[in-house]
Amino acid sequence: MSEVYLEILRSGINTTAQDCGRKHLYHIGITVSGAMDLRNHKLANALVTNKTEEASIEFAYQGPLLKLKNGTVNFAITGDVAFNIVRKNSKVEEGKCYQNYILENDDQLDIISTKKSVYGYLSVSGGFKFEKTWNSFSVNTKANIGPNNGKKYSIGEKILIKNHENLKIKEKKINYTNPSNNLIRVIKGTNFNYFSNDSQNKFFKDEYLVTNLTDRMGMRLKGSILENIKSTNIKSEGLIKGVVQVPADGNPIILLNDHGTIGGYPKIGVVISADLDRVAQLPPGTNIKFKEVTLVEAENLFKNYLSETNKYLNAIN
Amino acid sequence: MIKNISNLGDAAIYCDFGTEVNETINSEVIKYFNYLFNVIKEKKIEGITNLTPSYNKLIISFDLGTTNFLEIKKKIENLEIEDGEKEVSKKIKIPVCCDNKYGLDFKRLSEKLSLPKEEILKLYLNKEYFCYMTGFIAGMPFLGDLDKNIRCDRLETPRVKVPKGSVGITEQFANIYTFESPGGWNIIGSTPKKIFKKNNINDPVLIKPGDKVIFYEITNEEYLNWNE
Repeated sequence: MSEVYLEILRSGINTTAQDCGRKHLYHIGITVSGAMDLRNHKLANALVTNKTEEASIEFAYQGPLLKLKNGTVNFAITGDVAFNIVRKNSKVEEGKCYQNYILENDDQLDIISTKKSVYGYLSVSGGFKFEKTWNSFSVNTKANIGPNNGKKYSIGEKILIKNHENLKIKEKKINYTNPSNNLIRVIKGTNFNYFSNDSQNKFFKDEYLVTNLTDRMGMRLKGSILENIKSTNIKSEGLIKGVVQVPADGNPIILLNDHGTIGGYPKIGVVISADLDRVAQLPPGTNIKFKEVTLVEAENLFKNYLSETNKYLNAIN
Repeated sequence: MIKNISNLGDAAIYCDFGTEVNETINSEVIKYFNYLFNVIKEKKIEGITNLTPSYNKLIISFDLGTTNFLEIKKKIENLEIEDGEKEVSKKIKIPVCCDNKYGLDFKRLSEKLSLPKEEILKLYLNKEYFCYMTGFIAGMPFLGDLDKNIRCDRLETPRVKVPKGSVGITEQFANIYTFESPGGWNIIGSTPKKIFKKNNINDPVLIKPGDKVIFYEITNEEYLNWNE
């Protein structure tokens, strides 16, 4: 039996396999990776009756153009994404996110672009045919770990799909609107007092611009310069996703999924867990504001985030 | 001993062992790390997702969906850290070619340190360095301490790409770029030796915290013909 696969006719800007990320490897320098927007990754899987831990294909800005070979698949796309299904008779259907579709042999899936966001997700019923490395399907392009030799996809490559019994495909659909709020909540960082009073105030009052220097590793911001009155370097120590660090030039950087595991810049704040999906989706050119919350508030906000995620997951099932 | 425990954001614990960088404090960090690593393996504490030891800090990441700061903090405080089996410290020899085509920063270092290249290498090579931690990128070792006469700040503007295998120094530390990466260390050579082996799933990292490392010089010919 021949393999069912998606042939890549256009790779898109940054198309990689991802799942919920890698654990227990920070101490050897391997970062978490995983889907930048975990809720959308999970919803994509749920819409095709997969477990949320199954791998999805993540794309950024311009997505891939894919042609299905040797089979039929049930797929779904999540995020704020414009895409078309080009049937083999050249008929074009405009796709909608948050519902499943059937892609027939030789049909094409044209993921045109994400709209007012950065990342989108593609899942197929039964999952892609990948092997786990350190218990995860996530691609880490820095250390070349994960499917496709740890690299983003290029034109001409194939994404293999697991052969599965022809499931009875149910129609699945939810109404979901991605949150579009530019207020990012943070807890003060371990080096908050390295910054002048004036800069501490500005950090929570002024707007910061998301610059083009933004990728899966981190998001460089531009705005009021944060004046360090103690030391612009600390002895290198562990980092986590969401840390807002400030190098000597005074412009903050938010660390994202592929961040280095150790670093020596002072940490002015840490984005709360409830806002991490939303931060990752902010396109360059967006103005954001930081708001301080306490640990208890952050914990409650995360509970809300989780129960909302579960509400949508349950609505699908 | 942990001097202070605080939260780093809402999903990590920041254990502070002190501000100085020395083998004594670092050994304490590594002791805690090894102990906790086994505790997690044996599932005695649930919800921890990562441990990051560094010179004098230990960061414990956890899954906020299943636990929280106070819960983990309490468990950490109640641990009686036993010395456990001492990890055997290895002595690892690393070949380095210091020809100028690999040693990109000798000119800068010579000016900053007022020392010729030969003198810098004499003070750097064939000395035993202690591995404090591994990270930033997969398998990168942070080694020390360098001779006081060859300590130099990092580059004012970091390189966008430091070639894989590059060997660098900054302040009292030495490192090896295990992958091509951005970086601001002064590059003085390159090693052909594989430091991170991703196919070696159970033990991908050659140099671990507590290990001793000695750099020795090889010629460009030896570098190009290196075979492991």
